[in-house]
Amino acid sequence: MTPQDYDYLRKLLKERSGLDLSADKQYLVESRLMPLARRAGLPGIPELAQKMKSGAAALTSDVVEAMTTNETFFFRDKIPFDHLKQAVLPELIQARAARRSIRIWCAASSTGQEPYSIAMCLKEMGAALSGWRTEIVATDLSQGVLEKSRAGLFTQFEVQRGLPIQLLVKYFTQQGELWQLNADIRAMVQHRQLNLLQDFSHLGMFDIVFCRNVLIYFDQDTKTNIFDRLAKQVETDGVLALGAAESVVGISDAFKPYPERRGLYRPNQTRGAGAAFPFRVVAAAR
Amino acid sequence: MKTCLVVDDSSVIRKVARRILEGLDFQIVEAEDGEKALEVCKRGLPDAVLLDWNMPVMDGYEFLGNLRRMPGGDVPKVVFCTTENDVAHIARALHAGANEYIMKPFDKDIVTAKFQEVGLI
Repeated sequence: MTPQDYDYLRKLLKERSGLDLSADKQYLVESRLMPLARRAGLPGIPELAQKMKSGAAALTSDVVEAMTTNETFFFRDKIPFDHLKQAVLPELIQARAARRSIRIWCAASSTGQEPYSIAMCLKEMGAALSGWRTEIVATDLSQGVLEKSRAGLFTQFEVQRGLPIQLLVKYFTQQGELWQLNADIRAMVQHRQLNLLQDFSHLGMFDIVFCRNVLIYFDQDTKTNIFDRLAKQVETDGVLALGAAESVVGISDAFKPYPERRGLYRPNQTRGAGAAFPFRVVAAAR
Repeated sequence: MKTCLVVDDSSVIRKVARRILEGLDFQIVEAEDGEKALEVCKRGLPDAVLLDWNMPVMDGYEFLGNLRRMPGGDVPKVVFCTTENDVAHIARALHAGANEYIMKPFDKDIVTAKFQEVGLI
């Protein structure tokens, strides 16, 4: 791959997905894109780049998806889900007693383990949420992972990473070598394709937003912009959950830490107006 | 340092489990069947048991019943680790007092996740 090809791919990936590749990540591009190039009948990355430059939209979309990291598992890091059950949901159940509805957004939801973990948490609340309208919106850039998520089918390996055995028995049905989430849990999650770089105000307001382990791939300005726009979609007493290695500190004052609940944040009511939406829309229908 | 009793009739599985669990700071004791595992427990209860189901002499299910009837036998966290991967076996194990259940094959991530789940890590 020539330096020019790598620069072209870096720029394209940054524009399309926010992925901020450093100058020394050629190996990553080669390892992830060579299989795709071969499947497309092309000898290497230079030919792949050339075909993309000539306007092969589907191939470009495949390249963006191939470079996306979809690592996920049920109840990842455990602690955010303990916070959800022990603090966030009990508080919201009190605060929303009049309207009896809770909206949750799981951004960059990958193959579904996170939104379905949230769905199982809601289900485990039992009578406390009986008769409530609970909505979980799962979004991801990749149509491929959303399709897998919709099916709710997981391998034996996947259901053993983080999922307590009691919940496996309770909410899954064995389908040969695979395990499928029961229909009532799958029905709790709505799936939509969405690029976090683009306007997401149409999703409406949420009580809880899980946006975990995705912003780590973005540069500082992109993170700041996304935090500022996320703050406009979270209710004033709502909650943002970030990944274990992520924080708003030093990046944005749109959120402030939730007291004694590491990884959780609340919209910061004392700050000024949020930033504008500066990104150029580069991919249709994302 | 916490102790884990690894019970499996396969020396290969015991060796793999030992390597993973020692990496998680457990002191390991091995037994090749349920009867030998009970003898170990009579000398001193471990913090955790990683337990195969199908073994000669005494299987894992019978061992678990005996362990839970021992004085203090309700304390060790028992994680089944077996090729029996159907819901009926899992439900039976939980009913008998298992805390978690690993379906073979397994790796370090799975063992770590399951031991975290039962509060051993």
